[in-house]
Amino acid sequence: MSKQKISGSDALILSLLEEGVTTIFGYPGGQIIPVFDRLYDYKDKLHHVLVRHEQGATHSAQGYARVSGKVGVALFTSGPAATNAITGLADAMMDSTPIVVITGQVPSHMLGTDAFQETDVMGITLPITKWAYQIRRPEEIAGAVARAFYIARTGRPGPVVLDLTKDAQVGLTEFEYKKCDYIRSYVPVPKIERQDIINAAELINTAKKPLMLVGQGVVLSNAEKEIIAVAEKAGIPMAVTLLGLSAIPSGHPLYKGMLGMHGNIGPNIKTNQCDVLIAVGMRFDDRVTGDLKSYATQAKIIHFDIDASEFNKNVKADVTVLGDAKQTLAALFDEIKENSYKEWVDSFAPCEQAESEKVIMPEISPKSGLLKMGEVVRKVSEASGNKAVLVTDVGQNQMFGARYFKFTQTRSVVTSGGLGTMGFGLPAAIGAKFAAPDRTVCLFCGDGGLQMTIQELGTILETGVGVKIILLNNNYLGMVRQWQQLFFHERYSETVMVNPDFVMLASAYGIKSRRVEMREDLDDAIAEMLSDDAPFLLDVCVEEAGLVFPMVPAGGCVSDIMLNPSEKY
Amino acid sequence: MDKKLYTVTAYSENQVGLLNQIATIFTRRRLNIESLSVSASAIEGVHKFTITTYSDEETVSKLVKQIEKKVDVLRSFYYLDDEIIYQEVALYKVPTKKLMEDNRIEEIVRSHSARILEVNNDFTVIEKSGHSDETQRLFEELSKIEVRQFVRSGRVAITKSTVEHVSIFLQQQEDRRLGMRD
Ligand SMILES: Cc1ncc(C[n+]2csc(CCOP(=O)(O)OP(=O)(O)O)c2C)c(N)n1
Ligand SMILES: [Mg+2]
Repeated sequence: MSKQKISGSDALILSLLEEGVTTIFGYPGGQIIPVFDRLYDYKDKLHHVLVRHEQGATHSAQGYARVSGKVGVALFTSGPAATNAITGLADAMMDSTPIVVITGQVPSHMLGTDAFQETDVMGITLPITKWAYQIRRPEEIAGAVARAFYIARTGRPGPVVLDLTKDAQVGLTEFEYKKCDYIRSYVPVPKIERQDIINAAELINTAKKPLMLVGQGVVLSNAEKEIIAVAEKAGIPMAVTLLGLSAIPSGHPLYKGMLGMHGNIGPNIKTNQCDVLIAVGMRFDDRVTGDLKSYATQAKIIHFDIDASEFNKNVKADVTVLGDAKQTLAALFDEIKENSYKEWVDSFAPCEQAESEKVIMPEISPKSGLLKMGEVVRKVSEASGNKAVLVTDVGQNQMFGARYFKFTQTRSVVTSGGLGTMGFGLPAAIGAKFAAPDRTVCLFCGDGGLQMTIQELGTILETGVGVKIILLNNNYLGMVRQWQQLFFHERYSETVMVNPDFVMLASAYGIKSRRVEMREDLDDAIAEMLSDDAPFLLDVCVEEAGLVFPMVPAGGCVSDIMLNPSEKY
Repeated sequence: MDKKLYTVTAYSENQVGLLNQIATIFTRRRLNIESLSVSASAIEGVHKFTITTYSDEETVSKLVKQIEKKVDVLRSFYYLDDEIIYQEVALYKVPTKKLMEDNRIEEIVRSHSARILEVNNDFTVIEKSGHSDETQRLFEELSKIEVRQFVRSGRVAITKSTVEHVSIFLQQQEDRRLGMRD
């Protein structure tokens, strides 16, 4: 007896279910209607979140993936829907976020004819995805979906596109699902070279002033415990990249803060003073390193990564350790000696003290004047018991969020690092909340960025997803304004924003909201926002001329740090 | 930095879209592709890309790692000329009449180890395989007579190494697959 045949659309949905997908973010249209039609019968198993723009769905899928550790899924039609997904794909590629984006495509016999809503999805997406594949026959669907999920989540994760022609959706096929765990041309987890571990351990064991840099790779390989164990055993201070935030609890005694342009003074200064720099799952982005010629030139560098193409790309390493961080760190643990570097670790204190005095205290507990972004972030963080998920948009809000939020558990940061995508925040926060319905999700965004994907308020209206939106409203494209003030002679070209009434806007979407102008109202407003699990928009009017400091100017030396416009550390 | 001619090879699984992806990696690094050839390899189902480019070792080593990172690429390598045996094919279309008038034809063909592929009243097609400078020299010589069309293929190359890295890679992968099964 031959097997019963089902449509390609059914095969797609069953395949997603086989991969354990429970939530997808999408938007229907002509070339994907057959799939949406079948979705109608799977409502109880597959929760479809109807977004308001495909860019929103891709960012939601990213937010979902980052918080849950699972693959985020988005489903769109062809043509303009596929092109709307591009920003999210590029963002996910830069930030190694596992998502699978499925786009409808014109029937295969019409491919290449400039058919209505045809676009060259493969040509456009191949350079900005980990993998992309066009499915033209229904019997290919199960295999392609299995491959897509395997590729997206393994190795260095990333976005995958499946472009599904309409005839493949409606054609009939037998269905049998087999999860993919092997591709001949692909080595997701390279085998550890024993010698690499020994070389790394040798450098670490003889170090006098070691410093460990923790990137998102640690989170992606679930190696938080392992890295902390290594740091504690060898007594090594740790610093994180923007995407490595929350991998180490903010209160850990060896945790010394964030690296980079607006990172903490200690980690940046000590990068150029340490004798062994141990970088794990990070890629020496220029926002972390500044000028490469003056970056850690005194130090021996050990680079742990799962992606061989990151080695020596920006910074030459003395020892490279290829492999999954969870495994390589566990192997390293056995080879390193117990140690402590009291003097070295204590030497961070003056940096911390200077930063606290000159930058942090004035920012989080100002005596007078207009509200500041930093104090808002810190208050929200504390009011949530430092347990919330931090989502940010891009700009000053992002840097203040990263600097002043505190973390007690991993996978608590969703932010656009490599691409710096304004408009990322709101939809990503929606995805994050769907991934962690029991956690508080706090989005900090700017008045500029919020308006880039503000249509997603509609998604909140429809789903009631309890995102807490804290709008750090300075009526400026603040980060650009900051550069104009510091480096372009205070010529504020096109950075003043004429904004709508965001409270009215939120109420039009049925979202509770409140505006805060005075410092004395802030605590109460935050308490009101966090009093339940409903969506909320807090429009905080902050000073227009706020500046994020400390700052390593772009292309500058990482230890050449500005404390304010006229003072260097 | 010192620029040299490098031969980059890549072995891949599935050709669809791959040429594009590999080309983009060159474009992003502002590297010109001097010549390109794609063909089957000795391994069933595996395609081989052979690309030449002027670059320095640091750039080309990064380039190769990025090519290798593509999911459908098995392995990628780079070589200098002394590490490989390489060849190109050139074809020359010359008017038969003028060729006959110049009675050096036999000498030219012999001294360049060229071959005549086709002769008719109108034109003659000469073929020569060799390195670029050699096919170029024949072009210059024939140009004194007249060359109506000239074309040179991309470089094809085979390593002098006694180790077959792609076969080793495939064996390792196969071992991994079998290891996962039990
Ligand atoms: C899509 C996109 N366009 C432009 C930029 C450049 N950019 C970076 S930060 C910024 C200003 C952001 O302003 P706002 O959202 O109000 O945040 P603020 O800096 O004021 O907190 C701009 C325009 C970007 N990162 N992304
Ligand atoms: Mg702003």
